[in-house]
Amino acid sequence: MDSLASAPFQETGFDIQSKPDRAQRFVAAKADLVAALGMWRLCGSLAMLDIKLRYRGSVLGPFWLTLSSGLMIGMMGFLYSALFHRDLHDYFPFIALSIVLWNFLLALVTDACMCFISVESVIRSVRAPLMLYAIRVVLRNLLILAHNVVVVVIVDLALQINPGWVGLLAIPALLLWLVVAVSTVVLLGALCARFRDIPPIVASLMQLAFFVSGVIWQPSQLKDFEWLLAFNPVFSLLEVLRAPLLGHVPSLAITASALIYSGIIITLASLLFARVRGRIAFWV
Amino acid sequence: MIADLLVHDVSLDFPLYHGSARSLKKTMMRNMTGRMTADSHDRVVVQALRDINFHLKPGDKLGLVGRNGAGKTTLLRALAGIYEPQQGRVRVQGSVNALLDPNLGMNMELTGRENIALRGQYHRMNRAAIARMEDDVATFADLGDFMDLPVRIYSSGMVVRLGFALATAIRPQVLLMDEWFLAGDANFLEKARMRLEDLVRGAEILVLSTHLANVIEEWCSRVIWLDQGRVRADGPVGEVMPAYLAG
Repeated sequence: MDSLASAPFQETGFDIQSKPDRAQRFVAAKADLVAALGMWRLCGSLAMLDIKLRYRGSVLGPFWLTLSSGLMIGMMGFLYSALFHRDLHDYFPFIALSIVLWNFLLALVTDACMCFISVESVIRSVRAPLMLYAIRVVLRNLLILAHNVVVVVIVDLALQINPGWVGLLAIPALLLWLVVAVSTVVLLGALCARFRDIPPIVASLMQLAFFVSGVIWQPSQLKDFEWLLAFNPVFSLLEVLRAPLLGHVPSLAITASALIYSGIIITLASLLFARVRGRIAFWV
Repeated sequence: MIADLLVHDVSLDFPLYHGSARSLKKTMMRNMTGRMTADSHDRVVVQALRDINFHLKPGDKLGLVGRNGAGKTTLLRALAGIYEPQQGRVRVQGSVNALLDPNLGMNMELTGRENIALRGQYHRMNRAAIARMEDDVATFADLGDFMDLPVRIYSSGMVVRLGFALATAIRPQVLLMDEWFLAGDANFLEKARMRLEDLVRGAEILVLSTHLANVIEEWCSRVIWLDQGRVRADGPVGEVMPAYLAG
């Protein structure tokens, strides 16, 4: 088992035994993750090339993303602050951040469904850790997020918003997001490779989540029902990152909810990945 | 590390999940003679490999022969660690390179240079090694200025040359090879042959799948004849090939 755990990929060979017990499966899954992290340069190159390819030949390149988010945020900021009778100074930074983070989540989940299916020819021709492709999807979306964050920064500068020291709470929240993002991609990627009906289900659930998760409305608008939001995983995960950046400390209930839901997602992803890792090549 | 390849009691089923698996199953139930059966979960599976055993040591050059669909490519994929068999054990010691498909995960939208760099990173090469591979591949494939253009606009000959040069740029201890390498125009073939012979000589263990008797006779010392996923004959070239060619 030692050789399997240390270097299971092309350089020094591998040892695949059938009917692995649970412990062996976890060792192999962990080896996959460790090997993928060891290939971080490849993960980065793949993510960069994905973006480069999408915008090859265009003048603004990925800054089209910044421009289109800027436009959307500008329109929605004025429209919804009027519709909801919100103070523009308060609502605009909120919607800017919300939309940018939501777009990241939506693209991540959509890409997650295609994570393994879209690289089937590579999976079937090179033995490489499967986590590599999950990390690539997360990195690609982080790069896109980095382009869109420009809009948030511009809005905050224009309105002179400063989250202060509370903003530093965004750092642990972002780390939590990274781990949850990789887990979600593995979970959905594996499920969608096996059951091809899942991508459309996920797409419609995300549409629902957009409306119930406080992306365009502020949680305080719910008044007496605000406590219900802690049961919504999308909301609590969104809020733990969003609140500090807007200068608030997320409530204890929301933080606890975000941690519990993250724990569930990470556990499910690890269990599923350990179980089906060897089968994904047959499914794609 | 001394190269070693052990295949012990390997069986591999292919599940059919997508497409017409259901109607396929109905057809099958009426006609349960072939290699399609249902597994314990009542899913339709194709028995791709059954009870395969062999052990290769440095110097062994194994040829796999058999009709289309006999399981040659599936066996190569199992040896490459891509398909994990449901039963048995595949243990490979030493570096492995599998030449399974000429385009081997090449991205047509990327440039030649980008494809080379990616392949190098898949094999965890450092920058210097990737630069060396880039020179080697560019010289062999004779791409010139096309190196920095997307592979999509290459002529089909150039794509073959790039794919071949890239696949053969990595020198492993255990070389697994499918028969695609005989593609290409005559002029290229001569050049390719020399490069391939060099690669084969450098490998400690070779597993080669092909239809062609002369390739086996030239490069292999041992032959396994696969038939419907099972080993029909296993032995020296002189013994197995006459029977295979006759049958």
